[in-house]
Amino acid sequence: MGKYLPFAKTVLKNLFSKPATTAYPFVPKEYPARSRGHVEIHIDDCIMCGMCMRSCPPGAIEVKRAENTWTINRFDCVQCGYCVEKCPKKCLSIVPGYQTPGDKKYIDSVVKPVVEEAPKAEAKENEKDA
Amino acid sequence: MPKRSIVPFGPQHPVLPEPIHLDLVLEDEKVIEAIPSIGYVHRGLESLVAKKDFNEMVYVTERICGICSFMHGMGYCMAVEQIMDVQVPRRAEYLRTIWAEMSRIHSHLLWLGLLADAFGFESLFMHSWRLREKILDMFEISTGGRVIFSVNKIGGVLKDMPKEMLTQFVAVLNDMEKELRETTSVFLDDFTVKSRLVGVGILTEDDAIRRGAVGPMMRASGIEVDMRKTGYAAYNEIDFEIMTSKDCDSYGRCQVRIGEIFQSIDIIRKAVAQIPDTELSVPVKGFPKGEAFVRLEQPRGEAFYYVRANGSKFLDRMRVRTPTFANLPSLTQTLQGCQFADVPLLILTIDPCISCTER
Repeated sequence: MGKYLPFAKTVLKNLFSKPATTAYPFVPKEYPARSRGHVEIHIDDCIMCGMCMRSCPPGAIEVKRAENTWTINRFDCVQCGYCVEKCPKKCLSIVPGYQTPGDKKYIDSVVKPVVEEAPKAEAKENEKDA
Repeated sequence: MPKRSIVPFGPQHPVLPEPIHLDLVLEDEKVIEAIPSIGYVHRGLESLVAKKDFNEMVYVTERICGICSFMHGMGYCMAVEQIMDVQVPRRAEYLRTIWAEMSRIHSHLLWLGLLADAFGFESLFMHSWRLREKILDMFEISTGGRVIFSVNKIGGVLKDMPKEMLTQFVAVLNDMEKELRETTSVFLDDFTVKSRLVGVGILTEDDAIRRGAVGPMMRASGIEVDMRKTGYAAYNEIDFEIMTSKDCDSYGRCQVRIGEIFQSIDIIRKAVAQIPDTELSVPVKGFPKGEAFVRLEQPRGEAFYYVRANGSKFLDRMRVRTPTFANLPSLTQTLQGCQFADVPLLILTIDPCISCTER
């Protein structure tokens, strides 16, 4: 009944080989390129359409068109990537690097810089001054 | 008549991280009857169909379970695709098959590890999980996630596996196969391991049919039932044999699952060899209307998906019957007349997933 000590070979190999585990966090882990760590936005291309907000399954994203802000609650985000798929301007991307734990919750907010309108406003003011 | 006593098992028990409660009616050390009760981790995922639109639900259904997450997403997508009459491109079907088989390997390795842990062979548990880690790494490389993959969508898949990646995976699996033979031979040949498995928890062929067992539980009782043979995804173009065992006991279940690991490696090899080069998904327009019923073979057994849609973006009803739920009657059968010390092991041999069962 049964072979004699079938586990012996594995045990001997295991004794003389390096450990299968790594000394994380002292040896950092390299994530593959496709790793879904967190969502990033290239805000300059964003048109504030709010597709990401409407598609987000846990409702972590909020887009405020009036204030030109794109906010994400990273503690709610589940890294599913549906917002990235839905984004019409492809300005959202999901990149490696997991969300680090925190002692309190916070919300990441990105404000879209107003590029075109600012110089005009300044120009008008200059005209008034003149 | 000897004195009877009732010993509660669970919902928190060292052998299982998941909550299931059993009332064991004992006569000395012998179990006379086992009364299961579940309902400790109900999350109401099915009722979310009223709040999340049918596309978002893919990501919700994936989260039914952490081990068969890919196949839950796939089952739901298949059901909605059936309602909307969408023909999924062949490459997407093959990619789904490869990922599904990878899930099967890692699920069975997880189970082997837990089994080793249940009978107290700690280092064998570690070695099974060391091998499983390679599959999880492959998942991370190909989908970006180790547990939740988010690659399914209605109408196809989101990510492709290029040729180099597939050949690399096959090479990893070929290397792994040698190590697997070594590790699994301990389960099948070791005297001590056999003494814990052989003849424990007999489920005869008749009982398996009467109690409606599914998956490896059914196949270990010598009945050839495998939903993959119905030919969903790319299984209709891949040839494989159904693994069965005539032993009807825990050893037989172990044998079937080990056989399926090697079979899955073989299926992946065949799928990689004949994967066609088509697009990954077809655009899906409109909202589903009608109802569909899908059966697919998860690592733990057959799962049913029922979806009813009313033509709006929210579904009327989604229902999943998971393999563990179907296997609970067989569990109570195998527990009758067993030794009290074998109870944790027997609960493990059905490969329970309580999160799946309660959703």
